[in-house]
Amino acid sequence: MSVTAAFFYLFAGITVASAFLVISARSPVHSVLFLILAFVNAAALFILLGAEFLAMILIVVYVGAVAVLFLFVIMLLDIDFAQLRQGSLQYLPIGMVVGAIFLVELILVVTTYVVDPALLNLPQASQAVEGVTNTAQLGAVLYTKYVYFFQLSGLILLVAMIGAIVLTLRERPGVKRQDPARQSARTSETSIEIRKVNSREGV
Amino acid sequence: MPVEITASGIPLYALPALWPALPEIVIAIGVLALVLYGALRGERSTGDVHYAALALLALGFVLVVTSPAGTEVTFYGAFVADGFAKLMKSLALMASIVVLAMGKEHFEKAGIARFEYPILIVLATLGMMVMISANDLIALYLGVELQSLAAYVIASFHRDDARSTEAGLKYFVLGALASGMLLYGSSLVYGFTGTISFPEIAMALSDGASPGVIFGLVFIAAGLAFKVSAAPFHMWTPDVYQGAPTPVTAFFASAPKIAAMALAVRVFVGAFPTIVEDWRQIIVFIALVSMFLGAFAAIGQRDLKRLMAYSSIANVGFALVGLAAGTVEGVQGVIVYMAIYLFMTLGVFACILGMRRGGVALETIDDLAGVARTHPGFAFAIAMLMFSLAGIPPLAGFFAKYYVFLAAVEAGLVTLAVLGVVSSVIGAYYYLRIVKIVYFDEPKGAYEPAPFTLRVVITASTAFMLIFWLAPAPLVSAARSAANSLF
Repeated sequence: MSVTAAFFYLFAGITVASAFLVISARSPVHSVLFLILAFVNAAALFILLGAEFLAMILIVVYVGAVAVLFLFVIMLLDIDFAQLRQGSLQYLPIGMVVGAIFLVELILVVTTYVVDPALLNLPQASQAVEGVTNTAQLGAVLYTKYVYFFQLSGLILLVAMIGAIVLTLRERPGVKRQDPARQSARTSETSIEIRKVNSREGV
Repeated sequence: MPVEITASGIPLYALPALWPALPEIVIAIGVLALVLYGALRGERSTGDVHYAALALLALGFVLVVTSPAGTEVTFYGAFVADGFAKLMKSLALMASIVVLAMGKEHFEKAGIARFEYPILIVLATLGMMVMISANDLIALYLGVELQSLAAYVIASFHRDDARSTEAGLKYFVLGALASGMLLYGSSLVYGFTGTISFPEIAMALSDGASPGVIFGLVFIAAGLAFKVSAAPFHMWTPDVYQGAPTPVTAFFASAPKIAAMALAVRVFVGAFPTIVEDWRQIIVFIALVSMFLGAFAAIGQRDLKRLMAYSSIANVGFALVGLAAGTVEGVQGVIVYMAIYLFMTLGVFACILGMRRGGVALETIDDLAGVARTHPGFAFAIAMLMFSLAGIPPLAGFFAKYYVFLAAVEAGLVTLAVLGVVSSVIGAYYYLRIVKIVYFDEPKGAYEPAPFTLRVVITASTAFMLIFWLAPAPLVSAARSAANSLF
C-alpha cells in the first residue's frame, strides 16, 4: 500500500467518522466542531487529488464562513436541541429507505465499472496542463478570459450586501456606542474636575 | 483564443477589448463611487446621491447613443454591442432616468428616502444593460440576477410596511424559482449543444434540435416569461405591483420589461433561429394566455396599481405576438411596441404618483372620480393615455399593436392576430371605464398640486401619444435597423 493510499484511507476514514459524529453528538456545538473536522479532511482529500484550489476554497468558505455562521446561529438562537431531537427515531425507517436506495445505486455504478469501464461511456474531462497547479491555471483565465463574469459576480455580491444593510440595519436610539475619536481626544483637563471640598460638607 | 502558450504551459489570454462596454464600465465605476460616498456621508447624502445617480444614468445614455454603429463582440464572445443593443439600452436607460426623477417626492413624503434607492436603481439598470448585450448563457444569467436582486430589495424598500415586505419576499422566492428554471434550461442546452455562446448554439442546431435541447428551451422560455411577467408565470405581478412603493412599481412596469423582452428576442432569435417552429408554439401559447388573462382579470380591479399589473401582463402578451412571428418585421414590432408601451406606462404611473390628497397617496380607481371638473388637464392626460392603452387610433398605442399584428399576419399567424384583436377589445372595457369615472362621476375634491417632474412626464407622454401618428418614421425606422442587426 503506497503512502498516498494510506493517507487517503486516513483522511477518508476520519471524514466518515466525523460526519457520523456530526449527526450523533449530543451538543450542537460539538456537531459543528465535528463538521469542521469533516471539512478539513475533505479538503485533504482534494489535495490528494491534486485539486489544491478546491481544497483551499473548502477551508476558506466552509470552515471559515459557513461553520462559523452555524456556531453564531446556535449561540444566538435559543433552541432546545434536546427537544428537537425527541422523536427523531421515528424517521429512522424512511431514512433507511433513502440510504438503501443510494447504496443500491452506488453498487450498480461501481459493479458496472468493474465489469467493463467502457459500458459507462464516461466523457473525458479536458486534460489539465501537466505540471501547472490549477490555481495558476484558474488565475490565467479568471482576470482575462472571464474578467466580465468575474466583475459581474462582484457587483451581484455588492447588491446582496447593500440589500441586506438596507432592509435590516436600524438606528436604535439610546444605545451607548463607542467613539474611538472621542475616547482618544479625552485629556485630563476635560475629564477631571478639581474641586475644593470643605471638610464636613461633602461634594 | 489564447494568444500564446508560456514556457510553463499556461495559455495566456489577452485582456479583451473594453471599449464596446464603455457605458457599462462607466456606470459600474460611478455606482461604486456613489456607494462609497453614501456610506461615508450617511443619510445626509440622499439628495446628492439622487442627483449624482441621475447624472450617471444620463452620462450612460449619452455614451450609448453616441457609441459607434456596427456590431462589436468582446469579452471572448460574452458581450455584443449592436444596433439592437444600442436602441434597447437607450430605452431602458431613459425609463430608469424618468422613474428615478419621478420618485423623489414620493419617497420623501413617505419618509423612506434613503441614499440606497438611487444606487439600487443604477445597479438594476446595469444588470439590464448586461441582459440586453448578453451573447452567452452565463452573461444572460448574471445580468438577470444583477437586475433581479436589486429589484427584490427595492420592492421591499418600505420595510416597515407589511405589504411592501410581502411584495419583496414574494418576488424573491418566486424569482429564485424562475432563476432555477432558467439555469436548468441553460444547463440542458449547454449539455446537448456543447457550447454556451448564442451564435455557436445556433450553429450546433443548424440541422434541427434533439428533444433535450427543446426541453431546455422550454425551461429557458419559462424563466424568461417569469421575468417579463407573462402568463402563466404572472402570479407574483399583482401583489408585487400593489405592495411595492409606487415609483418602484413604475420602475418594474417599465425598464426591466424592456430588458427582459430584449433578452427574450436575443435568446430566441439569436440562439435558436433554426428551430423557429419549435419555440413559436411556446411563445404563441404564452402570448395568448397573457393577452386574455390581462384583459379579463383587470376588469374586477379597483386598485390602480393592480390594474396596471394586469395591464402590463396583457401588454407583454401583445409584444410577444411580434416575437412569435420570428421575422425582422416581428422584432421590429416588438421594439416599437415596447418603446410606445414605455411612454404609456410611465405617463400613467406619473398620473398615479400625482394623485395625492391631504398628504395621502391615492391608489384606487374611485379616487379618480370627477377629476375632469377639478383638474381638466390631468383628466385629459389620463383619458388620452387610457385611449392609447386601449389601442384606439390615431393614438400611439394603436400603432404599437398595428405593427405586431401586421408582423404576425405576414408570418402566417392569422389566428393569433385575430385573437389578439379580440382580447384588446375586451381590455378596452376597463380602460374606457376609467375615462368614464374621470369624466362623469361625482368629484371627491381636488388633489394637491403635482411636483414639476411629474407634470413634465405627464405632458411629454401625453404629447407623444397625440402626435406619434404625425411622425412615426424615426422610431419605426430605428426599430427596423435595430431588428436588422439581429438577422
